[in-house]
Formats: sequence, structure tokens, C-alpha cells
Amino acid sequence: MNTFARREPRWAVFFSVLLALIAQVLPLPDWLSVIRPSFVALVIIYWSIYAPHAGGIFAPWLAGLALDVFKGDVLAQNALAVSLVAYVAMSLHQRLRNQTLVQQSLFVFAMLTLNEFVVWGIEGWSGHSVATPWRWLQPMIGAMLWPFVALLVGRTHTKV
Amino acid sequence: MAVFGTSGSRIGGGRGPSFGFRFFCYAVVSVVLMFYDRRGGFLDTARYGLQAAIYPLQLAVNSPSAAWSWLEESFTTREKLQAQVDQLRDELRAQQLVTLRQASLERENATLRGLNSALPDVIDRRVIGEVISVEVSTLRQRLLINRGGTHGVYKGQPVITGEGVLGQVFRTGPFSSEIILITDAEHALPVQVLRSGLRTIALGTGRSTSLELPYVPKNYANTDVKVGDLLVTSGLGRVFPFGLPVARITKVDLSPTEPLAQIRAVPLAGIERDREVLFVWERPNHPASTASPEALAVEAEAKKP
Repeated sequence: MNTFARREPRWAVFFSVLLALIAQVLPLPDWLSVIRPSFVALVIIYWSIYAPHAGGIFAPWLAGLALDVFKGDVLAQNALAVSLVAYVAMSLHQRLRNQTLVQQSLFVFAMLTLNEFVVWGIEGWSGHSVATPWRWLQPMIGAMLWPFVALLVGRTHTKV
Repeated sequence: MAVFGTSGSRIGGGRGPSFGFRFFCYAVVSVVLMFYDRRGGFLDTARYGLQAAIYPLQLAVNSPSAAWSWLEESFTTREKLQAQVDQLRDELRAQQLVTLRQASLERENATLRGLNSALPDVIDRRVIGEVISVEVSTLRQRLLINRGGTHGVYKGQPVITGEGVLGQVFRTGPFSSEIILITDAEHALPVQVLRSGLRTIALGTGRSTSLELPYVPKNYANTDVKVGDLLVTSGLGRVFPFGLPVARITKVDLSPTEPLAQIRAVPLAGIERDREVLFVWERPNHPASTASPEALAVEAEAKKP
């Protein structure tokens, strides 16, 4: 088992999550910004499926926390949502690896919806809710982008 | 298979605790963090540090737009610059005329009030900050500025532009600060109609071009608001000093079915092309400085016969 440790694409995880964070906070016009999918969640789902041991739960949690600081949200709001998504993806990673990218999109859609639901719930609890139905379009767009994101991130490492 | 097994779990493969257990731990930490963050307190200090940690990343996100405006500026033609200089010279001349009159008006005012000298401006000190092009918050009226705690910026500090009130500091980091604009849906600003002296509260609507004044009773004898009226800060609310221009009334709807007047205003402050804002410090104990409850109580006490 320890032989795998050397092959974990830790740097690829780090840089892809960093890029996702940047993509997440690039200034966009309002109408685009509200339907911008959670790139951080997408990249984290990828690594949870294809290299669950590279970052474990810690990397998703940290990425979510960085997003919270970036966005000025309640601390650990995105951290909880993203690590939950990562956990579910890790638990099912063996089954998901055997699916095609398009089949995986369905799972990604469910996960992004879960992510958004957790964030929405916490926003509501802390009294900072942004109430617009358009935000629920975001998981769908994320699922459509999934094959591209997966192919792009997949180039950074050799799959075991 | 053990639920929180240390080995032989589904995917753990003998690498310490299972993902389920680890996720559980992080979830607990998250909930505790959320709880304390909402309560405020020591986590504010942690956030202050974290802001510094992500500042380089924010600058990186900003760099394309900064590079673009730099390029644009460096390739401006001589004619364009000359036109700009001419325009600025004209503006300066107009401003100088206003300032000349203001000096005499101040003197006149002081004489009328029986004071020996005109009062200095309520704004004591100012620091210029630049907007960093980073999306701080989806669908909220927030901005990130490149001035923070090390420049003396503090939470709740008024932020203005050349035209009027822009917002206040919402959160600070060492080198940057997040400001909440007066148009944010979570912002409320105590204002006064300059012409009639009517005091009320202007709420943000979430759109950058509109404020609403929902608390003006329409059949009240003192209600005097017209389209075109200038709103200034009222000095109440302990954030903004008195008399900073805020907005101009655009719509007054006295619909008979509503108990309160429906009033809309358009904020005067815009982020200029170079995206500069001013952090201001008010002069303490100035008559136009923000009224604290203590000061008001003292004043009320003094007025009693």
C-alpha cells in the first residue's frame, strides 16, 4: 500500500484547487456570477474519485475554508459543504471510476445540488441568504461542464 | 466492517481512520467554527490573519484587470491626455470658484452664529484606496479595497467618493478591507432630506442604482419629500458624520392603498473610472460628527429647564 504514496498527485491537487479558487472569485457580471458553478466543488469531486488519498478530507475542507474567507461568508460554511461532497464522492469512488464521464455528470449534478443546499441552509441560518431561484441553475451548468473539467484535470496526472 | 474502523474499512486500506470518521471530525470542527464566527469574538482575529493569507491570491485575480488598465493608460495618445488635462483644468477652475465662495460663506455663517472663527471641516483625515477587482460576495454590493488595518482602516469606518457616501468598512484585513455599499440589501443608512430636514432611513435594495426609504408616513404633517430632493447623512447611527451627500430622490409614490410613502432615490456616489474611494476620519467633538447616545443624552439634559 505504501508504494502508492509516492504516486499521489499532491501538487496537481494543490494547483488545480488553487486555479478553481481563482475561477470562483473572478469578477463577473451579476447574471453570470449567480449561475457560475462551484469550480472548487467540481475539482474536489474529481480528486475524490480518482485520487481519494491525495488530499483526503483535509484538502477539500481547507479549500472550502479558503473560499469562505474569500467570499466573506460565515466561516466553515463552504468548508462543510465541500468536505461533505468529497466524503460522498470518496465513498463511491470505486463505482464512479467505472462510469463514463457523461454518466458521472448525473452524480456531479446531485453533489453540486447537495453543496448548494448546504450553503443555502447555512446562509439562511446565519441570516445572510441571497434569495434568488437562479442559483439552483448552477448545479446543472456544473454537471454540463463536468466532462471538460474532468478531462482537463485528468491531464495533470497518470491514473492508477 | 467497523463504522469508524481504523483499518479494513472500505477504502481506507490500512491508512489510519476511515473517511467517514475523518469527515465526522471535520464536520464537528466546521459547526463549531460557524457557531463562533456568527457570535463574533476571537474568530475575528483569526479572520484578520486569514485575510492576509489570501491577499496575494486576490491580487493575482486582480492582476489581469490591473494590467489592462495600466496598458490602456500607457498607450493613451497625446491628444487624449491633452483633452483630459484641459477638462481637469476646467473642473479645477469651477471648483476653485465654489471654494472661494465657501470661504466667505463659512465666515458669514460663523458671524451669524456668533462664533469667533469658522469651524474646520468635519472630515479630519482621509486615505485613498483602490478597488481590487475580486468578487467578494455573490449578488451582494460589496467591494474589496487595497487598504486595511495597517493603514489605520477600522470596522465601521465611512467610505466616500468625490460624489457622496459609498458605504462603510465591513471587515478588515491587514492589507485589505471589505466594504459594504449603501445599496447592499443588508445596509441601512440614517439620512435627512436636506431641504425639509425630515429624518428617515435609507435602505439598500441590492441594486447599485437604487435606495428605498420605506419608513416615511405619508399623511404626517411634517412629511415633506419631493422628487429631486437631496439626501444627506443625518449624523445619527454612529457611523457617518452629518451632512455628507447620499442620494437624490427619484420617485415619491403616495398611493392611497399604502400606509407609508413609497420613496426611491438614486445614490450619488459612483466608482470613478480609476476606481478610487476615500476612507475618512471625522474630527472628534465636531458639532457635525456622529451623535453617540451619550452625547445626545448630555445635550437633552442641558436643554431641560
